[in-house]
Amino acid sequence: MTKTVTDVICPFCGTLCDDLEVVVSKDGKNLLEVYNACAIGAEKFLHSQAKDRLTRPRMRQEDGSWKEISYDEAIEYTAKILTEAKKPLMYGWSSTNCEAQGVGSEIGEYVGAVMDNTATVCHGTSLIAVQDIGIPSCTLGEIKNRADRILFWGCNPAHAHPRHMSRYSIFPRGFFTGKGHTGRKMIVVDPRVTDTARIADIHLQIEQGRDYELFDAFRVAFKGEQLPDIVAGIPKERIYEAAETLKSGRFAIIFFGMGVTQSLGKNHNIDAAIAVTRDLNDYTKAAIMPMRGHYNVTGSGQVWGWLFGFPFAVDLSRGFARYNPGETTANDLLRRGEVDAVFVLGSDPGAHFPFSSVKKIYGLPSVAVEPHETPTTEVCKVHVPVAFVGVEVGGCAYRMDNVPIETRKVVDAPEGMMTDEEFLTHVLARVKEIKGI
Amino acid sequence: MTEYLIKNGFVFDPVLGIKGDATDIAIKDGKIVETDAVKNPKVIDASGRTVMAGGVDIHAHVAGPKVNIGRNFRPEDKLFNTRPGRGVERMQGGFSVPTTIRTGYNYARMGYTTVMEAAMPPLYARHTHEEMRDTPIIDQGAYPVFGNNWFVLEYLKNNEIENAAAYIAWLLRVTKGYAVKVVNPGGTEAWGWGLNCENVHDPVPYFDITPAQIIKGLIEANEYLGLPHSMHIHTNNLGNPGNYTTTLDTFKLSEGIRPEGSFGRDQVMHHTHVQFHAYGGDNWGNMDSKAKEIMDYVNSHDNITIDMGAVTLDETTTMTADGPFEHHLTELNHLKWANADVELETAAGIVPYVYSPNIKVCAIQWCIGLELALLAKDPMRIFMTTDHPNAGPFTRYPRIMKWLMSQEAREEQFNAFKHRDKVIEATNLAGIDREIDLYEIAQMTRAGPAKSLGLSEICGGLAPGLAADVVVFDFNPNEPYAPDDIEDAFSNAEHLFKTGVHIINDHDIISNGNKRTLWVNARVNENPQVMRDVKEKFLRYYTVTLNNYEVSGHHYVPNPYVIEVDATE
Repeated sequence: MTKTVTDVICPFCGTLCDDLEVVVSKDGKNLLEVYNACAIGAEKFLHSQAKDRLTRPRMRQEDGSWKEISYDEAIEYTAKILTEAKKPLMYGWSSTNCEAQGVGSEIGEYVGAVMDNTATVCHGTSLIAVQDIGIPSCTLGEIKNRADRILFWGCNPAHAHPRHMSRYSIFPRGFFTGKGHTGRKMIVVDPRVTDTARIADIHLQIEQGRDYELFDAFRVAFKGEQLPDIVAGIPKERIYEAAETLKSGRFAIIFFGMGVTQSLGKNHNIDAAIAVTRDLNDYTKAAIMPMRGHYNVTGSGQVWGWLFGFPFAVDLSRGFARYNPGETTANDLLRRGEVDAVFVLGSDPGAHFPFSSVKKIYGLPSVAVEPHETPTTEVCKVHVPVAFVGVEVGGCAYRMDNVPIETRKVVDAPEGMMTDEEFLTHVLARVKEIKGI
Repeated sequence: MTEYLIKNGFVFDPVLGIKGDATDIAIKDGKIVETDAVKNPKVIDASGRTVMAGGVDIHAHVAGPKVNIGRNFRPEDKLFNTRPGRGVERMQGGFSVPTTIRTGYNYARMGYTTVMEAAMPPLYARHTHEEMRDTPIIDQGAYPVFGNNWFVLEYLKNNEIENAAAYIAWLLRVTKGYAVKVVNPGGTEAWGWGLNCENVHDPVPYFDITPAQIIKGLIEANEYLGLPHSMHIHTNNLGNPGNYTTTLDTFKLSEGIRPEGSFGRDQVMHHTHVQFHAYGGDNWGNMDSKAKEIMDYVNSHDNITIDMGAVTLDETTTMTADGPFEHHLTELNHLKWANADVELETAAGIVPYVYSPNIKVCAIQWCIGLELALLAKDPMRIFMTTDHPNAGPFTRYPRIMKWLMSQEAREEQFNAFKHRDKVIEATNLAGIDREIDLYEIAQMTRAGPAKSLGLSEICGGLAPGLAADVVVFDFNPNEPYAPDDIEDAFSNAEHLFKTGVHIINDHDIISNGNKRTLWVNARVNENPQVMRDVKEKFLRYYTVTLNNYEVSGHHYVPNPYVIEVDATE
């Protein structure tokens, strides 16, 4: 006999689908099937069932081999390196729940850490742009129910957010959008002919790195002013056409991704993208939304927002919260050799940071709290495997539109495994003990 | 729990009717008790000092999604505005949108113990509760917004009060909400298309209902349920010259309706931040004060309460569920603009704003806020707020007290205005010599808001049986004082007790308290139609499933205080 758990939240990407159905064994120990999820999401659930999964912490030995240690030893090591360090980096926080983020933040306060999340190599530039110019946005349901002009800029939801178009943006029939995708015009701006671009009504195949120019060209085109014959590799007629398409809609939305946040121009591109959205509001209703990657990177920015006032790159080392991207961002700190211990949770910088940063992690006292074996766990001194949030433990996560959803536990974690929050709570208690707080 | 005896302070308490007489206040098991009920109390010598109940803030934006947008998109708000952790205090930062930790501490330092978050988008209820959970010391509740909710629009279009009430009861329960909040009724839904409803008779696009119908219907549904608080409204046309007629039209919708239920309030409508709704003229050049017209109405109708929304002349961060207004504001001041529309429910906008004493309009706004209080006949029906952070940060309440209590302080501010004479001409304030006393302050900040919220059996006074929320200020009302002494003393409580826990001792925060979340559980008869409508809307239009909507779990509301309402018949 099996049982089916419904309304399950997928802890993979910022789309945070909440309609999955998961079949588990009667005793709740084994996860058997996943329905409604995309291929990536289903794999995340099924992967938790791997027979060769690590279930206990381990410590790197002098000869390079791993030795299994107890959770207590891992807690002691973590508390020790964090309290002994002058300026530890506590990085990640994007693939865990808000409760763990909250406890981690308290640890960060007591040890004077620099807290940074994966936005630092992703949508951090968007967050900076929002501080410059604001952001007119909305929830994904507004898109579903109202939007008839959809622009994807530098993002490829067909692969990166596989259910985004079917749940929210292109295909669903909402309250005022009863015709579904036939009532919507879809524009894609991307230098590549991606699978998303292939189904667009208009694909503007921009020259790589020319996003800022094209955004500005849109603003010129909205006003009906003269454009050069070609901007960013696009003939002006096509820009006028796309601009008119956006203006003529009842509700326009711009989704943007790493193709524009981390290419030449960075936050300035997003400044321009938001200015385009502001301008569009003079003609119709328009909104803009970053396609956030990890399922709860948004949540870590929220938690730090209410605790410290900044969404990423929060330096607590002076006793109060400081924020100065470029100085207090993880890669800049690592590459300049400014941190003396590294704690990673809910992210894989080993795979995503520049090699020069990863080498620095390798040379420092370091802990990776992570259910999987990853490039990060390979370079850290201690690896603490934990339960999967959203599979083996619940907790709050924020969707890319900042909507908080409580994830669900569907199966038990392997016997004796800790969750992120439990591990951090123990570390916090030990840190307070050491510090005499 | 430790027993306390606060001896010999000058007590100001409208609930007991004490107007500054030296009186002892005893605390036992978290409540105020008769002084002979404590056996071996710890004695706090309050002689020569002012003693009041803990303050009650009826309207402030202190937790939730738009507040956090304000924090995250204004790093400049933290510049030179941080405070390291010390003792039991954690790190703090921010001025107009402080961190949750600082919010709790700053309220405590002003002697406030109960604060209502003024607008909670239901879909973001979890976020609001997470922030309230992380706000130490103060008790909090949050008002879910109803005025642009599709269920409400559809029920009230057909005048289905009972269905609207059943939906309200359901939504209060699933969001752990406290009261029925209405913001720019219909206008925020229109904002989904970039439009607005400019007065109470301007129909809502598609939904074919007027704001007036929404307001009246929600008052009736609120009274059908007999909720602790009345319908709490921010009406249409906020912040525009000439808008006072819309405000009066809104007030009139409450005529002939009497309060129901057993919570002791007298009003059926609370209109918030009336300062923003009391403008005459027809453009920014000839805009003037209509506080007198507004207060003439309020003074003569006892089923209305209001709060001030007083302008404090600071740089601040405006935020409201009035989406179209914030767009209007960013077009005016060209500062950064955030907007967050919420499916089927509401919207929000956030724009920084500088209330400069050099700008005539800002100075007129400052006058209007104070006029409302000074023209009030019954201080139990008008409450001190700044609509934090919209007209200024809540940390300026002691400065507003100074202005209300001292004509000298007001004159000093008039003389600092660049357009002093034009401002005087456009307002009534210079001709008002009233000086509010501490008893009236206690009415406007303690007993009044507690009664309006239906909390008069719980807090807002010093009568035995009420929660032991007590504050001692280092202020002797019987000695001569300068106006600034008021601001200094009431910014910095000497002692604070919150439900019997000693929070501030000798001006130092010594405990993070026992914070509670207040919410209202209204029971109604089973209503299959409403539940069917709820299922249908979640299936077709929401992007979360019905089963993932309800706020439940210890980590959102770890210490609830549930007010039960029985509306079954």
